[in-house]
Amino acid sequence: MAGTGIAHLRAADASLMRVDDLTVEFRRRGSTVHAVSGISIDVLEGETLGLVGESGCGKSTTGRAIVQLPRPSSGSVTFRGRQLTTLSNREMRKLRPSLQMIYQDPISSLNPCHTVGEIVGEPLKVWGSDKDSRQAKVDDVLRAVGLDPQTARGKYPKEFSGGQCQRICIARALILDPKLLICDEPVSALDVSVQAQILNLLEDMKARYGLTMVFIAHDLAVVKNISDRVVVMYLGKLCEVGPPDELYAAPAHPYTEALLSAIPEVDVDSPKARPKLLTGEVASSTDPPSGCRFRTRCPRAEPRCAEEEPMMRPLEADENRFVACHFPLVAAKQVSSAS
Amino acid sequence: MGFSQRKGDEYVMGGSAEPLLEVADLTIEFPVASGRLRAVDSVSLTLDAGKTLGIVGESGSGKSVLTRSIMGLTPGRSTRKRGTVTFKGQQLTSLAPKQLRRLRGNEIAIVMQDPMTSLNPVVRIGRQITEVLRFRGGMSRADAKQRAVELLESVGISNAPQRLHRYPHEFSGGMRQRVVIAMAIACEPALLLADEPTTALDVTTQAQILQLLEDQQRERHMAMILVTHDLGVVATRTDRTAVMYAGQIVEVAPTRTLLRSMKMPYTEALLQSMPKLSDPSHTRLNTIPGAPPDLRSIPAGCRFAPRCPYAQDKCRQELPPLIAAETSDHLYRCWFPIGSGVPKRPAVSLAGEAG
Repeated sequence: MAGTGIAHLRAADASLMRVDDLTVEFRRRGSTVHAVSGISIDVLEGETLGLVGESGCGKSTTGRAIVQLPRPSSGSVTFRGRQLTTLSNREMRKLRPSLQMIYQDPISSLNPCHTVGEIVGEPLKVWGSDKDSRQAKVDDVLRAVGLDPQTARGKYPKEFSGGQCQRICIARALILDPKLLICDEPVSALDVSVQAQILNLLEDMKARYGLTMVFIAHDLAVVKNISDRVVVMYLGKLCEVGPPDELYAAPAHPYTEALLSAIPEVDVDSPKARPKLLTGEVASSTDPPSGCRFRTRCPRAEPRCAEEEPMMRPLEADENRFVACHFPLVAAKQVSSAS
Repeated sequence: MGFSQRKGDEYVMGGSAEPLLEVADLTIEFPVASGRLRAVDSVSLTLDAGKTLGIVGESGSGKSVLTRSIMGLTPGRSTRKRGTVTFKGQQLTSLAPKQLRRLRGNEIAIVMQDPMTSLNPVVRIGRQITEVLRFRGGMSRADAKQRAVELLESVGISNAPQRLHRYPHEFSGGMRQRVVIAMAIACEPALLLADEPTTALDVTTQAQILQLLEDQQRERHMAMILVTHDLGVVATRTDRTAVMYAGQIVEVAPTRTLLRSMKMPYTEALLQSMPKLSDPSHTRLNTIPGAPPDLRSIPAGCRFAPRCPYAQDKCRQELPPLIAAETSDHLYRCWFPIGSGVPKRPAVSLAGEAG
């Protein structure tokens, strides 16, 4: 297989959603953009999976490919035992209530000409619930996200701040009782104090509505705070997978280490050494490097990295952590046959 | 560099008698439909040559308006301004637009958040850099081109002679910001204003750009004002930091002092609401309840009082002045600062915190 392996996947019947060998390519001016190249991820029921990486690493594309918008170029997405990639548009539509998304910019995700009551109630209207039960449900979910239904219902999005608009987006996503919520950079456009409110709210909503989440963000501290399992991506491939506390304490992939060391730390009492700066820029996704895609910027790269693509393999000391690197910072098991 | 509450009790650091930049009691108001919006309210600060001042605040705190007004870039004629900005002994606030123009680029330069919108998309970057040099520096075409190549190399762009012929869209975000920095330092300004220079960039690129700004600053002995919403960005890269809230400076101190022994509850709340890498996952974040006040109708008393866990009756009635802490270079605007023994009210941890 030409992916980065599947060693990190768990038993197929245990996962709520599973992505196998997902590839998304776009045509652009005669060349092909390899946005996501053969990645596999899975999410267990009730788990929050954090996807983290820099612009262009394919994390948002992965999130959108899960809900088949647009459909991936190849690979499969399995949700509650059903292969989404083979479903017709009509069948896919029937599943959409249980797969909801929230986006980065809460203000542009809301129709400025509709009242909050209409916006939050619209999914119910689309799925044919009657007016009275709709009203009660809208009030319920608005209250759950911390807005007063009496005052909020009749107002327009422009009358709310960015943080409140994100609450409205969350309410709209939750009203159909989804199983899987995909959050694409939901707090990147918000101030830190509001960001904290929304992160806490998402944790509360997860508990209250029994959600499973895929949380996509570029901010490592945010991803650590909310995730049960973290996936680090670079240029359309997976670098490292593991539980956040262990992964952040001792990163195994050189890219994860570089990302962590680039974060400016507030803690003045234990100032870390000046970050090891990554040199250069992310390579082009129209012509990605051979072998390991990170090798062009990697301080540990050797000739083997250009020739052979590293496969995902478990760490020696921790069976729950996986790394796709020939020369990881933490010892990993050798995989006998990488097919 | 120092900071003064009002003229007379100036605090000067670094021994120079006259600061490079002095902002005294600056207030800026914009007309809005329902009256006037006071974006900056009685802000005073001083900055010495070669030093870095961080300005931290959330959206709407007035940090960008303050920075722009130092350059005389406040929109519209109906903007009402009070107070003075003095740069190298010259009062910028009383200069004619033409005289002010001469200073911009030459003496004071600015780097803004979005490098794509600060570059002209239809002009090759070579011409955009040489334009500055020829117009401001009065160089010949050939000299300007030579200098542009040097500048691009000094900001870490390889193949500079070829890159001069490229358009902004052919560069990545980080590279574009390097070009903007090259333009800003082209005329060796004494003061560089960096308004959220890395907010639009990835974290590894952010580290590169912050390092570049620091290197250039040291090399050229520039003073810099670094405006950001991220306390992490100012922590290791500034000499002093001012925290702004609702148009006012609410605390200012040497950066280490500020982060170690802050006095203002807002500074504490801001710091605590940031998720930390050292905390285990699923750590409940401290939030600041409520929202900042409406700058069109500012309530009496301390502006942070409605959201402050330490607030007392006095806070809601009387606006605290900037008070000096034990060390006179640390000023804060609070009646009951942290450590004064006023009990902290537990935060109401409901989803019902209005965002």
